[in-house]
Amino acid sequence: MKVIRSLVLVSNDPRSVELGAEEVFRALHAEIRSQGLHDQVRIGTIGVVGEQQHLPLVMVYPEAVAYGPVTLDDVHLIVEEHLLKGQIVMSLLRFLQEPAGELAWLRTRSGALPVQQRIVLERAGIIDPYSLDDYLLHNGYTALGKALTSMTPEQIIDEVDQSGLQGRGGAGFPTGRKWGFVRAAPSHPKYIIANADESEPGTYKDRLIIEGDPFSLIEAMTIAAYAVGANEGFIYIRGEYRLAYQRLENAIRLAEEHGLLGDAIFGTDFTFHIHLHAGAGAYICGEETALIESLEGKRGQPRARPPYPPSYGLWGKPTLVNNVETLANIPAIIRHGSEWYRQFGTPSSRGTKVYTIMGNVNFTGAIEAPLGITLREVIEIYGKGMKHGRRLKLVQTGGSSGSIVPASLQDTPMDFESWRKAGASLGSGALLICDERTCVVDLAKVLLQFFRFESCAKCTPCRTGTQRLYQIVDAISKGHGALADLDELQQLGKDMELLSNCGLGQTASVALRDILKHFRDEVEEHILERKCRAGVCRIPALSPYEIAAAAATPSQAAIEEFEGSTESV
Amino acid sequence: MNHLAEKYSEEIQAILAKYPADQKRSAVMPLLYLAQRESGYVTKTAMNEIAELLGITATEVASIVGFYSLYYDKPAGKYRIQVCTDLPCALRGAEEFLEKLCENLGIRVGETTPDGMVTVEHVMCLAACDKAPMFQVQSGEGLSYHENQTVESAMALIQSLKKGASHSNKDGHP
Ligand SMILES: Cc1cc2nc3c(=O)[nH]c(=O)nc-3n(C[C@H](O)[C@H](O)[C@H](O)COP(=O)(O)O)c2cc1C
Ligand code: FES
Repeated sequence: MKVIRSLVLVSNDPRSVELGAEEVFRALHAEIRSQGLHDQVRIGTIGVVGEQQHLPLVMVYPEAVAYGPVTLDDVHLIVEEHLLKGQIVMSLLRFLQEPAGELAWLRTRSGALPVQQRIVLERAGIIDPYSLDDYLLHNGYTALGKALTSMTPEQIIDEVDQSGLQGRGGAGFPTGRKWGFVRAAPSHPKYIIANADESEPGTYKDRLIIEGDPFSLIEAMTIAAYAVGANEGFIYIRGEYRLAYQRLENAIRLAEEHGLLGDAIFGTDFTFHIHLHAGAGAYICGEETALIESLEGKRGQPRARPPYPPSYGLWGKPTLVNNVETLANIPAIIRHGSEWYRQFGTPSSRGTKVYTIMGNVNFTGAIEAPLGITLREVIEIYGKGMKHGRRLKLVQTGGSSGSIVPASLQDTPMDFESWRKAGASLGSGALLICDERTCVVDLAKVLLQFFRFESCAKCTPCRTGTQRLYQIVDAISKGHGALADLDELQQLGKDMELLSNCGLGQTASVALRDILKHFRDEVEEHILERKCRAGVCRIPALSPYEIAAAAATPSQAAIEEFEGSTESV
Repeated sequence: MNHLAEKYSEEIQAILAKYPADQKRSAVMPLLYLAQRESGYVTKTAMNEIAELLGITATEVASIVGFYSLYYDKPAGKYRIQVCTDLPCALRGAEEFLEKLCENLGIRVGETTPDGMVTVEHVMCLAACDKAPMFQVQSGEGLSYHENQTVESAMALIQSLKKGASHSNKDGHP
């Protein structure tokens, strides 16, 4: 099979054609052929791309690089440098400083590959993750240089605040504000922690960022440390991420050797050290206070909050905890300014988001796109449509603690605000796309199984709640449910939301709540008709005696199942 | 005698240096990894030694081993094959893969092959969801990911692991 490496699109709106786009197209075609690249490079056209002064425009994917205005003289350079050698032709690059207007929002035209706006994955896959030189060649460390030599910590915090950046670790907390808290905290020393414990099922964005561009995390942490006044930082990295660990180890060593980390950074009197700390397979350690406990050498069980880490964190000191993706936005914000950053996304949610797409679509993988694109776009454009033309049933977002989003919400812009209003959460950006063959009862069961296993068992509502929810749902999936069970599920879920100590217990029942909200009839079918319309749950046929018994209310079977169960986790 | 402290004194110093001198117990996780690399699991002796190094009790160390799923307090096969069967992987056939793999090895999930070489387990998401079926292999030599697997490719890998291991046996390793 031929593997198409690149897609080249030439603008062909009337203005571009007037300016010679067709000639450029033909010349590109010929040059690609003569360089022997025609098996690997596809060429096509693209409609209106805005910004008249850059026409004719040539876009190259998958890097989503825009060149323009392109003349016949440039064709050779683009083909040789970019398509042959894989190097972006900086001199022809447009929108490097200001991807503006439609381009920042460019939606894919029919038949084309998606435009991905890359900020955090800007360099991933393009540079050699082991090479500091390569990083430097691709704008690496310009942000730290700028920050250390021409900005005060307050100015940096202000810039981050103005950018509108919100935490990408799930909660969406404004990053600039958090930095301000840590800076303002009176006690010393201060610490910063990059949260790389990523263990939300279906989420691997932080892994991609670190493996693809480890220096960017180091640079971002250094900027953050300077801004909040920390001299010591930790990267708490998931135990399974050995490759990412090695790449960070290498990046830290190289940065230290070159005066970009350690003592006297950039020749200033600013000192900052980064240490790696590997987790050991506990989902809950992604929660920031559990993470801190774990880093202190204890069992990773969340602390009661407040106090929050910005005032009382690692070893009782003010601590900044940020997610890897959040931090990866920082160098670009400092480099280009908050004004630039605000052009991406929607008014309530600025910037891009890395989504990991899984499930019943034709393309699965990771994308980075502006906040505010819709599920339909993700599925149709990035996901290349549902597999086998089946119908979308629901999307499970944000890993286990995320929401179940029914197909009816697929045109809601995915930004923090719009989804909050719709009662859903973006969470980590994992999108598990499910077609009609998915059974909601089975889905709930799998998710609860996860929580039952991962509950740290410190607080009772979460420990017993996750067990109980699982047992009820399991009973329903086997045809032993009663309608009364659904009320119990709902009540128990609410209690857990209110009473659990940390986000794990508080969110463990979210998916179930959504399922009961959007797919209650399907759950009831399992109970009343002993039918699984998706054909997933194996419900044995009823004997006449059982039919009579099932009509009687509380679900004796479920209760017995619960009491008789000695399963432990 | 503290075996770990003697054998790995340099590495242990480097680990301790990451944390403030009065917060030594923070080093417990990296030290457990070290102990596990040494013996394939964390032995009682190692727990005592780590406790001694950090000035905490062996019970505290044991409770940490118990809390985290990547530490083992019991020996298993030389290689732990850990297949992700979390939801996204399950949708790509991970469960069937696991079943077939076990069938081929003649063991059940959680069991070890009679030659003591391979234990097969299922685990939660390993963040390689678009490349399922996938598993990680854990052993004293470290941890590696294997993605887009078939039963055939997995069996081939296991064969080569076994071969490699019999070589190192000759070198006197356990
Ligand atoms: C159960 C649970 C698991 C979490 N897991 C992660 C995680 O793996 N990675 C992460 O960055 N944040 C995780 N968080 C969120 C963190 O507690 C914290 O909000 C985040 O690291 C803050 O960074 P941000 O402001 O940059 O998003 C988790 C929260 C909860 C309640
Ligand atoms: S679900 Fe298996 S690796 Fe993510």
